[in-house]
Amino acid sequence: MAKTFTQEFTKGLWEEIAPFRLVLGLCPVLGVTTTVENGIGMGLATTFVLVFSNLLVASLRNIIPSKVRIACYIIIIATFVVVTELLMQAFAYPLFLKLGVFIPLIVVNCIVLGRAEAFASKNSISFSIADGLGIGIGFTLSLAALGAVRELIGANNLTLWTTPTSVIGLQEVFGANFEPFAFMVQAPGAFVCLGLMLCGMNLLGSK
Amino acid sequence: MGYMEILIGGIFVNNILLAQFLGNCPFLGTSKKMETAVGMAMAVVFVLVLAGVITWVLYAFFLVPFKLVYLRTIAFILVIASLVQFVEMFLKKSIPALYAGLGIFLPLITTNCAVFGACILNIDKELNFMKTLVQSTAYAVGFGLALILFAGVRERIILARVPKPLQDTSIGLVTAGILSLTFYAFKGMI
Repeated sequence: MAKTFTQEFTKGLWEEIAPFRLVLGLCPVLGVTTTVENGIGMGLATTFVLVFSNLLVASLRNIIPSKVRIACYIIIIATFVVVTELLMQAFAYPLFLKLGVFIPLIVVNCIVLGRAEAFASKNSISFSIADGLGIGIGFTLSLAALGAVRELIGANNLTLWTTPTSVIGLQEVFGANFEPFAFMVQAPGAFVCLGLMLCGMNLLGSK
Repeated sequence: MGYMEILIGGIFVNNILLAQFLGNCPFLGTSKKMETAVGMAMAVVFVLVLAGVITWVLYAFFLVPFKLVYLRTIAFILVIASLVQFVEMFLKKSIPALYAGLGIFLPLITTNCAVFGACILNIDKELNFMKTLVQSTAYAVGFGLALILFAGVRERIILARVPKPLQDTSIGLVTAGILSLTFYAFKGMI
């Protein structure tokens, strides 16, 4: 198994892209993707936790006794989630309010615990960081893609980032006469949209 | 908010699975068979109500007086993890029949966002003790109801001819969307 740093990184972007291929961590995927901005914010927060928990789990992998390893991983992850919460309260407060309960919920995101158990506990530190980065960025991209579809159809907008004074993004993409399909930004639309995107990925992958 | 309103709201209008998107991994993972769905639903009802009450007590009598509110996330996950472990040991000793029925679903609940999310939501809404109890029960019943309904639908899907790329999770998600749409109709109740 002579895998390189880049291979570990890129596998998270397509081969094992988290919400689609592994069907893990669906709660934030469905819950926050009403806009692209929320999706990107949530994805970056998860990436941060993923990289640092992978780093710590990989560096402690020979010290943690295997019987209590899951409890140790959860404590490591929870620590970084608290760090993320405090950092976001300090530097990105509006986004923190919008994402609400989903930031503390990174603790119970199956992807983070899954990578710690399946990858970081068996691999070296550098590979674990690459894996965390890859999976995290893949997760961010999927959230942004789902957010883009839902926001475009459901609200006719495309918000990339909101600063206190202005909004970076596109307004009224399909023109002012387009009647937004509000179903998409509400709860049922999230399930249907993700289901259809998964179907599209299966179609592409089966060729 | 009256107790009745919280109860109806928690079960139907703000259903934790279909309107708040919490606990979706077990929702899709354990709904392929009715038997596993019932096991998971029972385990969640049991743990969610206990966890909701215990985390409220911990928050109100320990974290707030000692100004440790910023450690909420870490404290809650530790409480839930040890609670699940404790419940497991207790059931194994005293009610072996129920323990055997719940099987592997009990340990899995530690990483169930529905339990953790409900505890955080209770605190964020600043409910008092009795309301927390009612709200947790409502969320738990709502979770069980949605999961069992969905499992019933999914058992029928196996008999249908589904196009190949849509199979399994994909059609499951679309079905969940339609189920969520029916729950959406309860919005007018409150």
